[in-house]
Order: sequence, then structure tokens, then C-alpha cells
Amino acid sequence: MGAQKKGATARVSEDPEELARNPLQAILLADSFATTFRPITLERPKVLLPLVNIPMIDYTLAWLESAGVEEVFVFCCAHSKQVIDYLESSQWSSQPNFSVATIESHNSISAGDALRLIYERNVIHGDFVLISGDTVSNMLLTQALQEHKERKKKDANAIMTMVVKQSKPSPITQQSRLGTDELFMAINPVTKQLLCYEDKAEYSKGFISLDKTLIADNPSIILHNDKQDCYIDICSQEVLSLFTDNFDYQHLRRHFVKGLLVDDIMGYKIFTHEIHSSYAARIDNFRSYDTISKDIIQRWTYPFVPDVLCGSTAIKVERQGTYRASDVTLSRSAHVGSFTFIGQGTKIGNDTKISHSVVGKGCTIGSNVTIEGSYIWNNVTIEDGCQLRNAIVCDGVIMKSGAVLQPGVILSFKVVVGHQFVVPAYSKVSLLQQPTQQDSDEELEYADSTSGTGELQSEKLNGDIAPDLSETASELGTGGVGYIWSVFEGVQDEEWRHSVAPIPTDKLVKLMLDEDEEQLTQDGNVLSASGELKADSDDNGSEDENNEDSRDDYVFFEKEVEATFLRAVHENVKVDHAVLEVNALRLSYNMASVDCAGAIFYSMMKLAVESPHSSASELLKNAAEMITKWQKLLKSFLHDIDEEIEVILKFEEMCLESAKEFAALFPQVLHLLYDKEILQEDAILRWADEKEGADESDKVFLKRSEKFIQWLKEAEEEEDDD
Amino acid sequence: MDFQVVVLAGGSSKNLTPLVSKELPKPLLPVANRPVLSYVLHQLEQNNLKDLIVVVEGEDTALVVGAWISGTFIDRLHVEIAAVPEDIGTAGAIRAISHHLTAKDILVVSGDLVSDVPPGAVAATHRRHDAAVTAMLSSIPVSGPLDSGSSGGKDKAKKLGRYNIIGLDPGKQFLLHIATGAEIEKDARLPKHILRAVGQMEIRSDLMDAHMYAFKRSVLQEVLDLKDTFQSLKEDVLPYLVRSQLKSEALSNRTPQGEENGNEKVTSQNNQVFVSRILANSSTPSFHDHSSENPDGSAPTRKTHKCCAYIASSGSYCVRLNSIQAFMDINRDVTGEADHLLTGTSSDPNNNIGPSPKLGTKTTVGPHCMLGEGSEIGDKCQVKRSVIGRHCRIGSHVKVVNSVVMNHVTIGDGCIIQSSVVCSNVQLQERVVLKDCQVGAGFVVTAGSEYKAESLARKEK
Repeated sequence: MGAQKKGATARVSEDPEELARNPLQAILLADSFATTFRPITLERPKVLLPLVNIPMIDYTLAWLESAGVEEVFVFCCAHSKQVIDYLESSQWSSQPNFSVATIESHNSISAGDALRLIYERNVIHGDFVLISGDTVSNMLLTQALQEHKERKKKDANAIMTMVVKQSKPSPITQQSRLGTDELFMAINPVTKQLLCYEDKAEYSKGFISLDKTLIADNPSIILHNDKQDCYIDICSQEVLSLFTDNFDYQHLRRHFVKGLLVDDIMGYKIFTHEIHSSYAARIDNFRSYDTISKDIIQRWTYPFVPDVLCGSTAIKVERQGTYRASDVTLSRSAHVGSFTFIGQGTKIGNDTKISHSVVGKGCTIGSNVTIEGSYIWNNVTIEDGCQLRNAIVCDGVIMKSGAVLQPGVILSFKVVVGHQFVVPAYSKVSLLQQPTQQDSDEELEYADSTSGTGELQSEKLNGDIAPDLSETASELGTGGVGYIWSVFEGVQDEEWRHSVAPIPTDKLVKLMLDEDEEQLTQDGNVLSASGELKADSDDNGSEDENNEDSRDDYVFFEKEVEATFLRAVHENVKVDHAVLEVNALRLSYNMASVDCAGAIFYSMMKLAVESPHSSASELLKNAAEMITKWQKLLKSFLHDIDEEIEVILKFEEMCLESAKEFAALFPQVLHLLYDKEILQEDAILRWADEKEGADESDKVFLKRSEKFIQWLKEAEEEEDDD
Repeated sequence: MDFQVVVLAGGSSKNLTPLVSKELPKPLLPVANRPVLSYVLHQLEQNNLKDLIVVVEGEDTALVVGAWISGTFIDRLHVEIAAVPEDIGTAGAIRAISHHLTAKDILVVSGDLVSDVPPGAVAATHRRHDAAVTAMLSSIPVSGPLDSGSSGGKDKAKKLGRYNIIGLDPGKQFLLHIATGAEIEKDARLPKHILRAVGQMEIRSDLMDAHMYAFKRSVLQEVLDLKDTFQSLKEDVLPYLVRSQLKSEALSNRTPQGEENGNEKVTSQNNQVFVSRILANSSTPSFHDHSSENPDGSAPTRKTHKCCAYIASSGSYCVRLNSIQAFMDINRDVTGEADHLLTGTSSDPNNNIGPSPKLGTKTTVGPHCMLGEGSEIGDKCQVKRSVIGRHCRIGSHVKVVNSVVMNHVTIGDGCIIQSSVVCSNVQLQERVVLKDCQVGAGFVVTAGSEYKAESLARKEK
């Protein structure tokens, strides 16, 4: 079905006239499917949060309009009602040549779901711009679109063009600017094709792997650490159908882009378009909120700056980047510093100092207040003597006199901070209680539970907010209202990475040292190994380069089997169950029962070696016990002679490598296995035959067990004689 | 120029049997009737690099090569001959002669390089950047037979295996990554920390390491002392230096141990400087500044050294004689498209194209051929794209195509020789047919025999 449709769309896009007739469309995702803006996003969708006093989505829509997009589909999921209401009441509902339609969903948990839904609606008829509602840009789309179309004409597989921008290298600058993780991209410098996209996922490794076929296909590849992904994509229609075909694609980058890059069957290609002088950035977390706000105030995003965007309320730009709305009441002794925005109807008291901050509409700020690098939204009351540093304060918050916000504090809607209360750094305060279920699930990382649970909670809480307040009054000092969200275990140390506050110096130093350390250890590995290639390959856990992959698989498999076995031993699992479990592992790793036999035997012997013993005879005893106890498990995987031989080979390997203590006991254990009828004499004799032709060094164990084999042979002959 | 040149001339290369022998070691293999070593020596002389150590494997070889050099270059180059044991690798060879090295910088050249890339330019690049190592990279030679010769050469992964994966900075001046040999069989693994420092790295797979390196002597000697397992310059020393360029261990001009402690103390201080730079959102020091700031020990705490690349211009000729195929290619190219390598070398009278050899009637010698002095060719012969050595006697009705015939070879009537190498003193009796063969020195091919893709040699006594 999907394939059919795709065929049809391909035919459509091949027709140039058809292409020309299509108005340029855009899909705007008004839900980031992330939880980085909690707790604020529990009450209001991220795209409606004010960015220098204007909702984020306005920046995106204004840009789309200016870039020549004629039809925008706004996909809303979390708080969809709010988004729809806002759009209906805004200027966007009545623009000529620019239509904004909303698509509502209540159960999408990812961008993938959103695009699948849009595909079903069948509203996109040609190339479209894919953007999320938290992106600020002023780039011109014409060139990128042109490039995309030309490529598409030549190569039907060129289905997407990603916009990238030069940024500074090193994780430190990326972290300190947009709070994003470092990103590595490999791009062909001639065709601009994207060949590899790696974000933080594999941070632990000190190197980037490029597939060798990539290198063979592209004589020159440029590997970038200095590019920033703007999250503006120009897509062909196929992108939507691809999401439908691959129903497991959730995340635009992590799944879709990487999936396309890895998949060489379909041969779809992604290209990049680099912008140089224009601006594009996405608000991904509190830090980028801070950075982009500053960029807007400093007019990097021109013409998308407050004074141009809201032509109606006259905003004056003064010296040093101070923006002041028309009816601000400013005390004579108040000092408004550089790069500050003061919204309409705000009153500011005596001796108050404000710098590098945004203050929204209708706020009341008392005397002797210090506000630095903070974002104060609308209708906030700040009483005398408060101090705010690098904080975000949402609508309707009341700060009683003398309250202090330490760097990185987020005060969500209508929170009240008590008299002279000090809110500790990086606290997130909300009237809503922290959702109890934790987002440890990988699924939930991008599944914004604001979509469903958030709304439910807020409704529930609106009903019985009063009793809650009295209980929690103490949390924010006398007269305070709100919950201080506790930080999840483990995330605590990471809070500074995405916070609105600048990264403290010591953390930056740490970041640098981390990098150094990583480099040191990395080099240490390489150095010790570089002399002898053998050691190098050992480091990678594989001896053979050619079948490294299968080898790796086997190593994992072996570990899994060992873990299963150990659990069986310690928890006295029944043998039948253990057999089932190992069988399940065998299927999931696509292994043969030969491998199972080898792995089980390996685990048994390893356990025997690891259990305490003082002499070789005790070790033998351990092994005997182990074999006696678990022979049934082992036997269930020994169906024929080949598998038995594998066990012998495995044992040999162990004696040479991991469990050298067994080396001396080799013949005894062999005998034991024979006695227990785990190994048939045919297997042992065949093994001996096979080994006959081997190198001298390979025959060590054969020689040791010569007697036993001799005995076996004689026994066989006798039998034959009989 | 305070440069010492080490020419790694090698000895009896296994790849080249049966062409090489005790009497004719690899350095003296004739390319267009001149020993291959003479091409390198000539280039060095042209670039005024006259202080040479020629390293040869084996004492016997040293004598033969030494005799030839002193006979040819006696008054023009200052050459020392050093003999090292066989099979100790290129790094081992340098280690063995380490005490002879005195100059500030060392240029290491492979003796089998036939190239028109000026070594002086490599040396100059090295000096300009004050680099720890500079490697000469050249485009992969375009030689038709090389691809078609190896069966299944179309296989991309295989093709890749023969070359290098090289990472360069955007300015193509610095070498950021190099992978050779077995490493290439796997996926390429590129170090993140270097990438972070530079921002972007260009990965090239169409360049080859031409085996001409300039080293800072102190660095080279320290690495060799420190890492006694290193065997090869190309596969061990160079990758090591490239890998550790942002964090040289003991690779500075200063005494390493004494200062280590002192550096620990300033770490935090320097970090402050660095951090403040970031906070101010000013540009972080570029990769070059980063490394050049280093020698005075001021800004960054890490010691760095520079690894540079000299990329030969695409038109230049640069091939190493390290296989029989390469031997054939070079002979063909030097007499053909790259004949400028021969001009201006007339200083060696023995190696001129011989004074018109005696040709029989109706014998044609095509273009791109070379006939050594004193050779005689009988009637109705055809010689195409081949090199024929000195004092050869070729009978009538003989066809020599795409082949190399060395000195004192006797070829009987009616022989057909295609794409083959015939070494000195070989006797080909009548009507021998050779195709894709190598005939070792002194071998006698009996009349009428036909060989295809075989290697013929006398049994070693």
C-alpha cells in the first residue's frame, strides 16, 4: 500500500509543471516531544512561551511567511487547544496568501507519529519545509529550495535537504552556547551529501567510525565538528511515506536521518545546505532560550526582532540595545542597563537595577530590586529588595520582599515565593506537583507526557488546588506557594548543562578536563597497542578483523548465556527453564546450538574456576560437581557430534586463554565428560583425528590426553572384536 | 640547509624476486637503464640536499651499492653508506643509524621513489611550520595496468586497502589522521579530540603516502627510543605522531620530566584563561595558534606538535618501485610520459641512450623505447614500449612489447616477449614465447618453450 502510494507521488513530482503549480507548504510541529521545558510546559505549550515577549511560534510563522511559504500545517498535540485558540485569535488567521491550518492529535508521542498522521491526512502535495515551532531564523529559503529541487530532478533519491550553520568547534562552546550536545557530521564537500550524522549517543567512544564503503565511494569527505543543525529541513513528499513505511521511526534525527544514512537498500540521500550570514537556531532547552533571546535583543535575527514584529505596540529601541514599550513607569532612580527589554505597562521602583534581562507586560517591580540576565514574563510582581540572577519567572508569579533567586531557577506560573526566601540554584518550582512516574524509560525521553498526562493533571489540580497550597507553604518560605521539584537521581549533576544560567567556571573547567582525560585514556589505549597490532585488536575484543561483527555478536551472546547460567545457579532455576531461556537467547542472537553448547560449557567451567579452590584436585572436584549438576542443560544442546567437538574445542581455547588452571586437568575433565556421557567417544576420537594434522603448538592438549584416547581406541577395537 | 637526508635504499626485496639478486640489489635495479636509486639521488642533488646517509640492508649489498655511488656521485654528494640487518623495518633502520644523525631536521626518503616532486619543497614546508613531521602525499598514480593487473581490482573495498585514509585540516596543511595497512580493512575510526580542536577534517582516500618524510631529529629519536616496538615509519611512527599531536608525551624540545610537575600547577590558571575566552565568546584559538602557542609554554597546558602534509601537485609523477608491476609501470612511464625525469641527467654518461645501436633491416623500434649502448638487434624485429639494456644480442623476427630487458641478454630468433621482465645475462633460445613472465638473472630458457604469467629463476645455490 505504502509502496503504491510512493510510486504515485514519484510520478507526480517528476512532472515539472505539476511541481511549479504546487504552493510551497510547511509542516510546523508545535510540540517538541521533549520534556526539557518542564515544569512550564505542563501548563502551557512550549511554542506559546514568550521569547522576548512574543510567543515563539510567531517567530517561526513570521519567518515561514517571509520565506515564501504559502500553506502551513501546524501540528499540535500537547495543549492543542491553547495552540489552536492562540492561532485563531492571532494575526495569522487572516493573512492573505498565507494560510495556517492546524492538525490536532491527542495521542502522538513523537515527531514520527505526527508525520504519519499528516501523511494520512494527505494534505502535502509536494516539497515542504519541516520545522518545529521553536525555531528562530531569518534565512532565505530560495536558494536551498532551488538546490533541493534541482537535486531531486537529477536523483529521485535526494529527498531531504538539511540546513546547517557554521558554529565553533569543541563541545565546550556548543555546550555553553546552545546547550546542545556535540554533533559530528560527515559531508561530501562536492555534492554536499550528508554521509554520517552522530550526536551525543556514542559519546563514550573517543573516535568516530566511518564506514569503509563511504570512504571508497567518496574520495574526499569532510568531517565536521563545527556545524550546528538548524532543524530546518526541506523535504520531498517521500519523507512522509517513509515515516509511514518505517513505523518505528520516532525521532527526526535519531531515527529518521540515521536510518536513512544506514539504509543502503533504498538508497535515499540527504543533503545539506549551509547558511553563512543568516540566522537559524532552535530553542531546545533553557540555555538556548537564554542564548536566542540575547541574539534577538542584539538583533541578529533581524527583521524578526520585537520592535518590527509587534508594530502595533510601539516599542522603542534605545541606546545599548534597550527596548522599552510605550507606557512603562520607570522610577527616576531606577537603572535599566544594556540589552534589556521592558514590556508594556510595567512599573519599576526606586533604585532598581535591571540588565541583560527581559521584563514582560504589566509587571510590578518594587524598589532596590536587582535583576540580571533573567526572563520575567507577564504580570509578575516582584516586591522590594528581591534579587534575581539568571532565572526564568513565568506569568503571575509573586516574589515577596527580600526573596532571592539563585542562578538557574525556573519559577512556573503563579508561584509565590515567600518573604526573604532564597530559592536554591537550578530549582524548578511549580504549582503542580512533580509527576511521580519518572521518565527513565527510553520511550518517554521524547514522548512528552505533557500531551496526555500533563493536561489531566492540570485539570485535576485546578479543582483542588487550595488544600495543596496550605500543605506546601513551607516549601517556599512563609506565604510561599508551589512545589520545588526534586531533581531526578543522576540528572542532578547535569542540571547546569541546560540551565538558563551560564555554566559556572568550575564546570567548564571540568568539561575541559573531561575532554582531556578522555583524550588521555583514548591515546593511552592506542599507544600501548600501536606497537603490536595484536594488542590493538584485542582491545577491540576481537581477534579477527574480517568477521569482527559476528565475533562481537558472539561475545555478547556468550555474555548473555553466562549471565543466564549464573542466575540459574544462584536462584536454583530449574534446568528446563534454563534451557528455554538459552534457547530464546539463541534465537534472538541468531546463533546455532553449537554456539549455545560452547557458551554454556564456557560458563560452567568459568564458574568452576571462580569458585574457591586451593589445589588442582579441588578444582577438578568443582568442575565435576558443576558438570554433574548441569549436565542436562548442556546435553540439551548437544544433538550431534559436531556440537560435542565444539565443546572440546571450546575447552581447549579456555585452557589456553581464560582459565589456564584447567590446562593441567585437561585429560581428567575430558574423561569426566566422557563418563557423564556428555561426550561420545566418536566425538573425542574425531577431535583427535582433526588435531592430528595441526601445528605442534596446537597439539599440546592432544598429547596430554593421549593415554585416554589410546584407551578409547583400544576399547573401541575390543568392541569391534566382540 | 641544516638537513640530513636518510635514503632508505633497502636490499633484497621479496616483492621483487626474481628481479633482484645479490649481485643486483633493489637499489640498483635498472629503470630505463639507470639504477632506481639514482633518481632519488639526482633529485636530492638538484635540491641542494647533499648530506646523505644511504641505508642498505646487508653488508654485501652495502658494498655493491657503495661502489656504485662512489663511482657515480663521488664528487657531487657527501654520502655515507650504512649497512643494517635485514628485516628490521624502516623505523629499525633509523634506530640503528640514529647516532649518525646530527642535523636539526632529517629528511627520510625511500630509495625506490621515482618522482619529480622536489624534496626541497617538502623540507621547506617542514621548516615553515616548524613541524615535528612532514609527510609527502601524492595523488594515486594513474596506471592502467595496475588496476587490470590485479584480478578483481574493481572491488572497491579491496581497492581502498591499497591506499591510505588521510585526514587533513581545511587548509590542507596539517595531517590530522592517517591510517594505513590493516587498519583500513575496518571502518575508519577518526579521533574525536583532534576533530574537536580543528572543527573539520577532510578525509581523503585518493592520496598516497609517498614515503618521503621530514622529521625533527629530536622528536624522531625520542619516539624511536621510547617505543622500541615500532618497526615501520609509515605504519607505526607516523600514525603515532599524528595521533598524539595535540598531546605529545615526551616530544618537546624541553626536558620532559622536570617540567611536568610545574605544568600541573599552572593547569588551573591556564584553564581560567581558556575559560574566560569562552565566556567572552571570543574565538577560541584556532588549531594552528593552539599548537604554535606552545613552545613558550604559555597558554595551553598540553604540549603539542605539528604534523604537516606536503601534497604534491596533481601533475607530478610519484611512484614507488615496490612491486614487479610498479617496476614495469615505472619503466614504461619514464621512457614515456614522464621522460622529463631522464633529461638533465646526462651527467652520467653510462646511462645515456646508447649511441645508435645496430639495427637489422626492417626492424622497427617504436616510440617510448630505449636501447642501451652496444645492443644489437637482428632483422625484421619489432620493439614497442620497451626498455632494452646494454650489450644485448637480439636475433631476427623477435617481438618485444611492453617489456624490460636488462643487460647482456641474448634473445634467439623468433622470440616473442610480452609484458615481461628479462634480467641480465639471461639466454632465451629460439622461438621462446613469454607473456607476463619474469626471468631471473642468468636463466636459460630452452628453445621453443612457452611461458605465461610465470616467474623463472635459477635455483639458489
